[in-house]
Amino acid sequence: MTTSPAVPRTKTSVNNPRPSPQWWLALAGAVLLIASAFLSWCYVPALLGDLSIDAFPGGLQILMIIVAVLAIFFLVLRSGRMPSMDTLLDSAKALKALSATAVAFMVLVAIVIALQAPGLANANPGLFVGIVGAALMLAGSWQMASDPLVDPITVRLPGWVEILVIVVMMAIILFGAAYALGQEDGTVFCLFLVFLGGVVAALARGGLFSWISVIAARHRQVLMMGALAVAFLFPFTQNGSDANMSIATQVLIFATTALGLNIVVGLAGLLDLGYIAFLGAGAYVSAMMSHSAFAHIGWKPPFIVVVIIGAIVSSILGLIIGSPTLRVSGDYLAIVTLAFGEIFRLTVNNLDGNNGPRLTNGPNGIPGIPDLEFGAFNFGDTHTVLGIPLGRFANYYFLMLIVAGFIILVFTRLNNSRIGRGWVAIREDEKAAEAMGVNTFGLKLFAFAGGAFLAGMAGTIKAHQDVSVTPDQYIFLESAFLLAAIVLGGMGSVAGVLVGATVLKLLPEKLRFVADYRLLIFGLLLVVMMRFRPEGLVPSRRRALEFHADDQELADRVEEVHLEIAADPDTAEAKA
Amino acid sequence: MSMLEVKDLRVAYGKIEAVKGISFSVGEGEVVCLIGTNGAGKTTTLRTISGLIRPSSGEIWFQGKRIDDVPAHEIVMLGLAHSPEGRRIFPRLSVEENLLLGAFSRTDSGIKDDLQAAYDLFPILGERAKQPAGTFSGGEQQMLAMGRAMMSRPKLLMLDEPSMGLSPIMMQRIMATVKTLQSQGTTILLVEQNARAALKLADKGYVLEVGHIVLDGTGRELLVSDEVRKAYLGED
Repeated sequence: MTTSPAVPRTKTSVNNPRPSPQWWLALAGAVLLIASAFLSWCYVPALLGDLSIDAFPGGLQILMIIVAVLAIFFLVLRSGRMPSMDTLLDSAKALKALSATAVAFMVLVAIVIALQAPGLANANPGLFVGIVGAALMLAGSWQMASDPLVDPITVRLPGWVEILVIVVMMAIILFGAAYALGQEDGTVFCLFLVFLGGVVAALARGGLFSWISVIAARHRQVLMMGALAVAFLFPFTQNGSDANMSIATQVLIFATTALGLNIVVGLAGLLDLGYIAFLGAGAYVSAMMSHSAFAHIGWKPPFIVVVIIGAIVSSILGLIIGSPTLRVSGDYLAIVTLAFGEIFRLTVNNLDGNNGPRLTNGPNGIPGIPDLEFGAFNFGDTHTVLGIPLGRFANYYFLMLIVAGFIILVFTRLNNSRIGRGWVAIREDEKAAEAMGVNTFGLKLFAFAGGAFLAGMAGTIKAHQDVSVTPDQYIFLESAFLLAAIVLGGMGSVAGVLVGATVLKLLPEKLRFVADYRLLIFGLLLVVMMRFRPEGLVPSRRRALEFHADDQELADRVEEVHLEIAADPDTAEAKA
Repeated sequence: MSMLEVKDLRVAYGKIEAVKGISFSVGEGEVVCLIGTNGAGKTTTLRTISGLIRPSSGEIWFQGKRIDDVPAHEIVMLGLAHSPEGRRIFPRLSVEENLLLGAFSRTDSGIKDDLQAAYDLFPILGERAKQPAGTFSGGEQQMLAMGRAMMSRPKLLMLDEPSMGLSPIMMQRIMATVKTLQSQGTTILLVEQNARAALKLADKGYVLEVGHIVLDGTGRELLVSDEVRKAYLGED
């Protein structure tokens, strides 16, 4: 097998041997921006953290320092001092995006000061210095021309450099997440989002992410270990505070459920609109067999048995729903699962002893579910590890992390297996798959019941984490959110679904002041996504190809990545 | 005993009967072809044999086992492969993935060798093993479809219009491959509109017209028969 000859797309000429006036203009802007961060922006200390102190950058001002430092980094690239990096990254596009971010950020800060201080009279000179700096950056970078780039796949840096890049990226994610969660103020959080979105866009436009994704494909093991380490270390950054850990645990439960649904939707291509009912089935089984005073089943087996029973009950429900409907085409399944979700909700609402057996206490649900206990380890207690207290939510967080890891393992194993190939074939052309000897009905049923199994498993833990189980936790809207997380993040992609689930669960927690418009915002977000990036935020390569079938360059890339991976036996598993 | 035996097969789409009671047989090691115009029921017959559609009546026997109510995926396991009309390759999967899907019914360890065998049969597939199959030309896609069907190690290979939309040179290439496969011991049931090319290499042929078999004989007999020459070969 030979690599197709790489098209030599090296740089033809170094852009500017001597920096142009634009370059100096942008540099001056970046320096001004940094300088402004050391000045006071506002007289009112209570506003936006505290921006009123000279010579001591407050939280938001540090964000602008980061933007400016990044801009200077790209400016240095442009001066041709680091030719190997320069051919990888498009400094002009990155600079434009960074400048636009800085301008937007500074203007927004000014608006917030004008509205909340109130009045721009409360602004200090530092704010205007910053605005001028940002504007200069934008003016300087606006006319910069992009240079031709080399395809990152043809670039090989020493292995340790690439691994270092991954480690640094992971560390940034860890501290970024801890910082973002630490922002109590909604306005500050919004401004942080502007900063984050702008910087991510800038780095993406600069080509950093396509380079990183190539590196990540080469070092998949390192990436997985790194992601796991970040997730594992996160509770240690919270100093025992339960406020953020509770959100993080909610996010993780939501993400874990979405990962299970991703097997059904993303791999097997089955539209399941009632997936939350399977989570609910697991949760109710767990609650009914717990030591809660409101649990009416006399049998209280050890938790590990409950997990298995909950998962099996869930998958039996999946079989009951799936076996008649999976024989017919996809639309029917969507409608039947939608109905099933409602049936589940109504059923648990009514099994209160009046209309049926007394199992669920109807609308009141089953409260007072005690914390889990494995031997002497009680999940309700705070445990101190290395001097850092880890509270109740951190305990559940670690448990969910194990479940999430298990589901990711199942997902990737299936995706790269014969069964995974069968699912892809069914998605692509069901009739042809059947002619190839793919047991289409059997495989679809397996995906459906398997997904239900995983959701049931997660549900048994969720019941204990939530303390109570009520019917209104398992409504259609939740199923829709799960599906939205998958569509937003990227169907069939583990990383995508994690990102999508985090965004969908985290934003409402942090943006409580727009809670009333939550659905409106999500709806708009999805419409915008469908228009501009239908494959999701972090798509799997195959999905990207499905949405851009006539993109020859993308097709070539898929091929090249395959070749690259095939040439490297270590990563042979790591298919896109 | 023949390898495949179709007895009084009737297939209907709703109220419309597409195949109206046909019987034919395919002997071991033979190339048998079904010819006929559009709508004669050729494709329906193949789809019924491979279990994709259920017959309304009649029997299908494969190697002494009745298969007309066996699920499609089990029929593949019995050794009956179907290369469907219009090739139906998976355009966004790589060539190799397409071929591996052909071997989906197998779990033995010989798949790698058969992959190599497919690449030997059609070298272009090996050269472009990692390329999405949708980027192939029609002829290359047909090669892939045949290679894919052979990946299940079939005893009987059913080819539905392999020459459709191909250049004359590519068509000759495909027909030569049919001959090669036969010489390697595969029995072949061929459906073709290109009657001349098909009958030239067929041991036996059946002529279908609106759901009935109107004529049968050896390939040579049919090639020279007046009816076939007038109706299908465009000769006077």
